[in-house]
Amino acid sequence: MSETTQTTDRAEAPVLQPPVDVFEDDYGITLYADMPGVPKEKLHVRIDAEALAIEGEIDFPTIEGLEASHVEVQSPRFQRAFTLGKELDGEKAQAEFKNGVLKLRIPKLEQAKPRKIEVRID
Amino acid sequence: MFRTLFPGDFFSDLNRLQRQLLRFSGDTGSIRGFGRSGFPPLNVGTTPDSVEIFAFAPGLDPASIDLSIERGLLSLSGERRNELPPEEGKSAIHINERFSGNYRRVVSLSDDIDPETASASYKDGVLHVQVKRRAAAVPRRIDIR
Repeated sequence: MSETTQTTDRAEAPVLQPPVDVFEDDYGITLYADMPGVPKEKLHVRIDAEALAIEGEIDFPTIEGLEASHVEVQSPRFQRAFTLGKELDGEKAQAEFKNGVLKLRIPKLEQAKPRKIEVRID
Repeated sequence: MFRTLFPGDFFSDLNRLQRQLLRFSGDTGSIRGFGRSGFPPLNVGTTPDSVEIFAFAPGLDPASIDLSIERGLLSLSGERRNELPPEEGKSAIHINERFSGNYRRVVSLSDDIDPETASASYKDGVLHVQVKRRAAAVPRRIDIR
């Protein structure tokens, strides 16, 4: 899994890059992404061919007369993209989203999983 | 000349405190909205009758967040657990960017807030703290006898 950056430059407002953790075991890849403030309806995860795209929009409560005095999160949009290796099975990916954290599990294709080869001694 | 009035490293302490209190991400690289300015990132705003603080703290158990207001300073602290597999396991870690460990952020609130009115909620990984401001003191007319 590697990152693709070219998809982030759209002309409009800047986007936030969600920080991620990615790790791999024998059976697949697990990705965690921090996307605080994004409700489930505004999270979009797309896997096509060998690309993974994550997008989300923060749902700020509207508070009348609110004036920002200090801003560290400067955009309401999260966006990030990765390329996946051929050995990953995007169709079997599973996503969970809770408290602003996306957990995505992408298993490896059957033929890409390690096989233990028994050595027989005759 | 002012420095001589204060013994020791008062100013550097003060500067450090100030940086910790409110650090503006003034650089234009706002794409990295979650830079190194600290976890959790904060947005603060005011309305005529309240101060609203938003802490972008995903993946926490709300009960584990330690939130307090003391002498006009709101502080927010706790620990965020790592979800990575143990090092000695069979997993390979490819990217490790998410914050883990102890966090602490402090925000200086305006003088007119009423700490008794503070309320907080946690939704979609955002902690929203609201503190009411005291009703602006009504100018009182003093009669001259």
